[in-house]
Amino acid sequence: MEFLDPPFMQRALLAAVLVGVIAPSVGVYLVQRRQALMGDGIGHIAMTGVGLGFLLSTSPVWMATAVAVAGAVVMELIRWYGRTRGDIALAMLFYGGMAGGVLLINLSDTGSNANLTSYLFGSLSTVSSEDITSICLLAAFVLLVTLGLRRQLFAVSQDEEFARVTGLPVRALNLLVAVTAAVTVTVAMRVVGLLLVSALMVVPVAAAQQISRSFRVTFVLSVVIGTAVTLAGTVTSYYQDVPPGATIVLLAIAVFVALTLLATPLARSRARRSEAASEECTLEVPASRPAPDELRV
Amino acid sequence: MPETGSTTAEPVMALRGATATLGARPVLRGIDLTVHRGEVAALLGANGSGKSTAVRSVIGQVPLTGGSVELFGTPLRRFRGWARIGYVPQRTTAAGGVPATIREVVTSGRLSRTRLGLIRRADRAAVDRAIELVGLADRAKDPVDALSGGQHQRVLIARALAAEPELLIMDEPMAGVDLASQEILAATLREQVAAGATVLLVLHELGPLEPLIDRAIVLRDGCVMHDGPPPKALGQHALPGHDHVHPHAATGPVRTGLLS
Repeated sequence: MEFLDPPFMQRALLAAVLVGVIAPSVGVYLVQRRQALMGDGIGHIAMTGVGLGFLLSTSPVWMATAVAVAGAVVMELIRWYGRTRGDIALAMLFYGGMAGGVLLINLSDTGSNANLTSYLFGSLSTVSSEDITSICLLAAFVLLVTLGLRRQLFAVSQDEEFARVTGLPVRALNLLVAVTAAVTVTVAMRVVGLLLVSALMVVPVAAAQQISRSFRVTFVLSVVIGTAVTLAGTVTSYYQDVPPGATIVLLAIAVFVALTLLATPLARSRARRSEAASEECTLEVPASRPAPDELRV
Repeated sequence: MPETGSTTAEPVMALRGATATLGARPVLRGIDLTVHRGEVAALLGANGSGKSTAVRSVIGQVPLTGGSVELFGTPLRRFRGWARIGYVPQRTTAAGGVPATIREVVTSGRLSRTRLGLIRRADRAAVDRAIELVGLADRAKDPVDALSGGQHQRVLIARALAAEPELLIMDEPMAGVDLASQEILAATLREQVAAGATVLLVLHELGPLEPLIDRAIVLRDGCVMHDGPPPKALGQHALPGHDHVHPHAATGPVRTGLLS
């Protein structure tokens, strides 16, 4: 366990574990609502926040959080009011956010392309103890929402119209999911980078649902997968000179492929079992009502 | 559970002078519709007659451009007793983007009876009862995306029943449902009605539910054309494939030459 010795590694591992837990816990609701790419959109918007942080010489993390939250709220509003051309409006928001970020970073004195790259693809080894404090706070908020309100969020993500008729505050809950996703994006920004954030929210969930049959198991399994790949990716990048963000995402995809291969025989045996069950049922039919060819005999 | 034997004519749901538009097209053109406690009312009509819009406006899913809605004597805007209403949307599937079991989906219908979403033992029992009612007890742990159309519909009805509602609102519960499921649904509904529930159904045809229905409201082009006992002729005319409803009250008996 030599990799645990350097303090930067301890901070990196802590940040990675937190992201591995919270990203799938938000992502599962996004996937359930069939908005798997929402995290990607928020990541693009957060770029403007990073640029603004450099330009104003304030903390890019907090600035990115503020801009990402604002962007996520605007995305929710577009979803409510502009259903017809919602996709176009979202595209404007995504690419506007990305372009704004690049422009602002170039305008600032402290920003450089190297800085930009560290936010686009993550820079786990430069996580400071201040960063750890803010990451812990934000992660606690995310977990409070995704675990504490799991029944409500499940209902809203499963069937929005029905949730409204059960009296749930659907708009408030949707906004909360959007804000939570935005917070998760900015937390994960340091670990995997803005361009790969969405992968960590979606791929563990996609992998988990290959073998799970319930929401609860999907949730737990995706968090386990998320934590495992972020830890493994971080440790790998300590021994081999590879970028942690990309390693983590590729590991997650490897898990997805492995579980998919595993799921195929599993599904086949389940199908065989239910087929056997339905055969038992059809055997009763000739007794109650003779089949046409039986009559002919 | 609803009180048994309460036959007071208290209006459970009232739609007065309701108008609504979809885009620029008027869909409801001044509908008056009152459902009293213990009644089983069916809203009938051809496609595009406004029957779905009418029920969806009752639960606030379609905004009215005029008129008013009252639920249990409270204007919709101030209505908060959502646990008293069980809603079955017109849907072909109960599945979302992530696998979920029948029990998980049905449990979401119980939330209106819980505080802060805490599921207690009584809530679990109610969910079990609802699943049992629609005959899916042995499949409660199965994912909903592995079910047939009729079974999906049964899950959606169990979800509505989980809150033990006084008023059941169902939008085309029989659409795309196989015969076996139709019979289970009719039996479930019969049980609810016997226990005192009020039911408002949107139907394309009376079908196997016919003996249960006290009152039929026939809509055409956003107007009420018939309101009373289910028209007998409708039973024969409303076979699958028949898109037309003949509101006899408005047009008089159809002269077929068979009776004269």
